[in-house]
Amino acid sequence: MGKREFINGNNAVAYGVKLARAEIVAAYPITPQTKIVEQISEFISNGEMNAEFIKVESEHTAMSACYAASCTGARTFTATSSQGLLYMFEMMQFTSGQRRPVVMANVNRAISPPWTIWLDHQDSISTRDAGWIQIYVESAQEALDTTIQCFKVAENKEVLTPVMICLDAFVLSHTEELVDIPEQAEIDRFLPPFEPDYKVDVNRPLTIAAGTAPNLYMEFRFTQQQGMLKAINLWKKADEEFGRLVGRSYGGVVENYKCSDADVILVTMGSLSSTAKDVVDSLREQGTRAGLAKLRLYRPFPEKEIFDALKSAKAIGVVDRSLSFGFEGSVFSDVKAALYNNNCCIPGVNFIVGLGGRDVTADDLKKMYDKLQYIQKNGKAEQTVEFIGLRWSE
Amino acid sequence: MQQIRIHGRGGQGGVTAAVIIGGAAVADGQYAQAFPAFGAERRGAPVLAFCKISDRYIRNRSQVYNPDIVIVFDEGLLSVVDVTAGLKEGGMVIINTEKKAEDFPFSNKVKIVTVDATAISLKALGKPIVNTTILGTFCAATGLVKLGSLKKTVKETFAGPLGEKNVMALEEAYRQYKGGA
Repeated sequence: MGKREFINGNNAVAYGVKLARAEIVAAYPITPQTKIVEQISEFISNGEMNAEFIKVESEHTAMSACYAASCTGARTFTATSSQGLLYMFEMMQFTSGQRRPVVMANVNRAISPPWTIWLDHQDSISTRDAGWIQIYVESAQEALDTTIQCFKVAENKEVLTPVMICLDAFVLSHTEELVDIPEQAEIDRFLPPFEPDYKVDVNRPLTIAAGTAPNLYMEFRFTQQQGMLKAINLWKKADEEFGRLVGRSYGGVVENYKCSDADVILVTMGSLSSTAKDVVDSLREQGTRAGLAKLRLYRPFPEKEIFDALKSAKAIGVVDRSLSFGFEGSVFSDVKAALYNNNCCIPGVNFIVGLGGRDVTADDLKKMYDKLQYIQKNGKAEQTVEFIGLRWSE
Repeated sequence: MQQIRIHGRGGQGGVTAAVIIGGAAVADGQYAQAFPAFGAERRGAPVLAFCKISDRYIRNRSQVYNPDIVIVFDEGLLSVVDVTAGLKEGGMVIINTEKKAEDFPFSNKVKIVTVDATAISLKALGKPIVNTTILGTFCAATGLVKLGSLKKTVKETFAGPLGEKNVMALEEAYRQYKGGA
């Protein structure tokens, strides 16, 4: 048993990185950066953490440095948000395409313009197809524990894929709460040192990311996809093992909160899941069979697990904190695809919420469940994509 | 669950005060969340900070709309912000002011506690910074955190002599309330 501290999500991630014994941290320290890398630099400067901190002049360079560091076999971490993440986009493909298990914390902030620093998921969702694993958390504790799980899955030799842990700006990053900090020895049992089979070495020169003609390129992409897909089961195993060794686990890749007998189920990602559990409990006290499927892993998409959570529902609502302009929320599309792939058609509605930091309250969530009960009675959704909390609808 | 809303101005340490309350509650064995209103931070502009305290793990992560207790760092805020907005019936407003409770128009609706925290801070700290001083009043008037936990958390937040001075200031505010109650 380690110590308990009253800290925010930024510090929780920094503790996770320290406990994971990351060796290289490269980051651009200016807005939209958060305190994560500042806290890590403090750990390094006061001798609590044995790592090299590389200050760079942009996020693009931060990811370049992480890519190169990971190629040498170092356990590597960075953090960013919003515009910073978008600026990394090109180099993110190098880390994923070259199968370098860099871990990055993305504090989810909306995209400018209009100028903003507040919470939504548009930044990480916009990088969905960059070949990174993405996992979302609901509390500072889960942020700390999941940061450690990220390295475990990323470095697995069947996966070798970078991972982005996504935590909601302000609601998690800047909110202080009680967090258990595990003992170093517990984490050392869970996470062995990173020892890749191939790394750059001046004594054994090799070329990486060489030009690849059409006769080979497609096989690289195919094996990348296979590695990514293996992460679903390996994450479930990692979460179980973490539970055994440290005493906390998070339901694997989809947390099934009272879904088994539920008529109406919401699907959420991130901190909203926490408030939604309160709403589920209060609805159940009033006799409504409500459930919550909390999507932790977004890529690879756990289609079997989400289908299993939703299959008995009469109506489902998917809550998106981002938007694929011209269509609908991306999580909604994915959930529908998962149901289709399992020959399942449940009436559903997409709730677009909390863009640019607009607060989403328990009352808002209650109204979403009310809507689902209405759909349950009538058998079909009238309007598939609904914006919640628009000024005009008040 | 008890919910606290702090009204201050950018630079007055409202968020620090919320984190200290939360830290003290945690030291008492309770659960807490402390966070800023997620708005722009400009020195001098009206800002909000929140703290939730409960004997159970707090899952609700939305902002505080119906506080039990409101703390106002600066009487001047009353002319620009409705500090009683959403305040629960029977709630409490703690105001840093030279005036008395009955001088405020909403004194018949909620319990008002006044403290001249600026004077106490000037004497103890040599600066009109009231964010820890007023927590002495908060502690005495609400009993939501123990005085010992509050002092311990303040000392952890401000190292060395600054921490001692802040503790002196909040103890004085605590004594004034207890003496006057």
